[in-house]
Amino acid sequence: MAALLFLAQTLRIAIPYLFAAAGGVVSERAGLIGLTLEGYMLGGAFGAALGSYYGHSAWIGVLSGIGGGALLALVYGVSAIRFRADQVVIGIAINLLAIGLTRFFLRLAFGSSSNSPRVAGFGAEHAGTGVSALLSNPMIWLGVIAIPVIGWVLYRTPFGLRVRAVGEHPVAARSVGIPVPRVRYSAVILSGILAGLGGVYLVLDQHQFTDQMTAGRGFIALAATIFGRWDPLRVGLACLLFAAAETLQIQLQGAQLIPSQFVEMIPYVLTIVALAGVVGRAVPPAALGKVAE
Amino acid sequence: MALSKSRKLLVLLAVLVVVHVVFLFVRPTGASAARSPSDVNVGIVFDLGGRGDKSFNDGAYVGGTRAERELGARVRFIEPGDGSDRESGLRLLAAEGMDLVIGVGFIFTDDLTQLAKDYPRTNFAGIDFAVATDPAGNPIAPPPNVAALKFREEQGSFLVGALAALESKTKKLGFVGGMDSPLIVKFEAGYRAGVKEVCPQCTVLVGYAGVTPEAFRNPGKGKELALSQYGQGADIIYHASGSTGLGVFEAARQTGHLAIGVDADQYAEAPGHVLTSMVKGVDEAVFDVIKLVKEHRFRGGIYQLGLAEHGVGYVYDAQNRGLIPDSVRSRLEALRGEIVAGRIYVPSTR
Repeated sequence: MAALLFLAQTLRIAIPYLFAAAGGVVSERAGLIGLTLEGYMLGGAFGAALGSYYGHSAWIGVLSGIGGGALLALVYGVSAIRFRADQVVIGIAINLLAIGLTRFFLRLAFGSSSNSPRVAGFGAEHAGTGVSALLSNPMIWLGVIAIPVIGWVLYRTPFGLRVRAVGEHPVAARSVGIPVPRVRYSAVILSGILAGLGGVYLVLDQHQFTDQMTAGRGFIALAATIFGRWDPLRVGLACLLFAAAETLQIQLQGAQLIPSQFVEMIPYVLTIVALAGVVGRAVPPAALGKVAE
Repeated sequence: MALSKSRKLLVLLAVLVVVHVVFLFVRPTGASAARSPSDVNVGIVFDLGGRGDKSFNDGAYVGGTRAERELGARVRFIEPGDGSDRESGLRLLAAEGMDLVIGVGFIFTDDLTQLAKDYPRTNFAGIDFAVATDPAGNPIAPPPNVAALKFREEQGSFLVGALAALESKTKKLGFVGGMDSPLIVKFEAGYRAGVKEVCPQCTVLVGYAGVTPEAFRNPGKGKELALSQYGQGADIIYHASGSTGLGVFEAARQTGHLAIGVDADQYAEAPGHVLTSMVKGVDEAVFDVIKLVKEHRFRGGIYQLGLAEHGVGYVYDAQNRGLIPDSVRSRLEALRGEIVAGRIYVPSTR
């Protein structure tokens, strides 16, 4: 029973990571650094709150959340692909933009720059914490299949082949007639949609948007993308590992055996150890962060 | 023949400068040239979380608007973003010549201390101002123009802890804190002491959302912490975690358990699932300090607002009366009397 609860909690915590990391894989495999995942998540979260509130339906929230993530991804894509801006700089700017924009429109729509009113979401009252409550949430299902679907797209479809090609060697890709900018735009917008869904999950689970509620989850997803060496299966496992560490941290805190500050460090220490030690040399896509010629 | 590029640029700059100077003389509508002498001008800068947090900041807002209504004060509210905006918000208000500048939240402590030196003629007040201590542990008084408004959160938390322990069927209680910091530890310590006072065999599960200020707005983490504690058998959870606590209420809804709100009456967050709320009289404190300034009786120093001063308390009204039996209520009132009389000492550290 306890093990089942542990697994259920791990899965719930992993869902936003899985969505965002799936987006991270697509973006980085196409050669665009995934620093912006955090911003996409926040945009998706806010879009979901707007859609769910005004549309009175969680599914409208899902759609508008997708729009929120895609919109920020488009801004990133235009800056990085069309105007060839430095991806790290523009990535940080997009994240700050997402914080400012959501706060601004939150104020405009709901008269507060910290919280939205209660919105429709998935999960009924008194649904409990068991496995059935978990399975009745469609966002959980979407999150679980996000990584396998991305794996299939990357390795089994012509589009996936093109994405990998433009991320490794854009010049060679263009010489065989692949429209490099178009493939990169598609990849970056797909990444915005996926990461946006991570934010959508958070909002529909909480029935509320809170300013900066993504709280760094996009960066953990980026770490998982690198930790998993840009391979969807390994990235998915990395997400689960980070989520399990967080679950462990939560459960250990309750027991109060170890000082909470120490327990708080677990996920971060794990990230450092994993990235520095276990992975060894992570070889990124060759054209990652480079300006397409 | 056409003007050269640099000439065009010069002309453009000249035009812009003229326009700029013209605008300097334009007074925005609503801004008055001179203040009438009876006015009290107050600036309030909100904490992280901002307006609409349904707790702390909203309390300050209520106090400010009441002062506008009843005292004729003119109050300006600033809702800052991250980090540096906070300091500049306070500085802006001080530079505008406000009579009183209030920073809502302990996070303003350093900024207020610095600004009070830069603007010695302006009065400042800090809600939850964290008074520094010297190496011997004695408090260092804030600058003479700063009023440190501190609440004895441990005393209010003691009462809701006792209430939770009296109501608990599983004899297990939960506590969810935001940022692991001395301020939040006060809530935890008082709560624990209250639980132990009426139920020595009860256990308290404790979880903190993090060690940075972001831990106050991570409802996803709050929900998981709460679900975990409910899963381990706790049936009532008290939170002191800002917006993170919204996740605690969501967990209470989902599992059908009870939660206890903080700072303001949070019953509306999850009707039927909020046993009570430990309320801080932020509105009263803000109103009172504005009143002191208006009556020219403002003094800097440390103000400790506890149960005796009605600075803290718990909600007992028509909404949650059904959840609290009369016998429990009278027991709590007896405890309150003991604390006010000094017969029970409530700890504020672990």
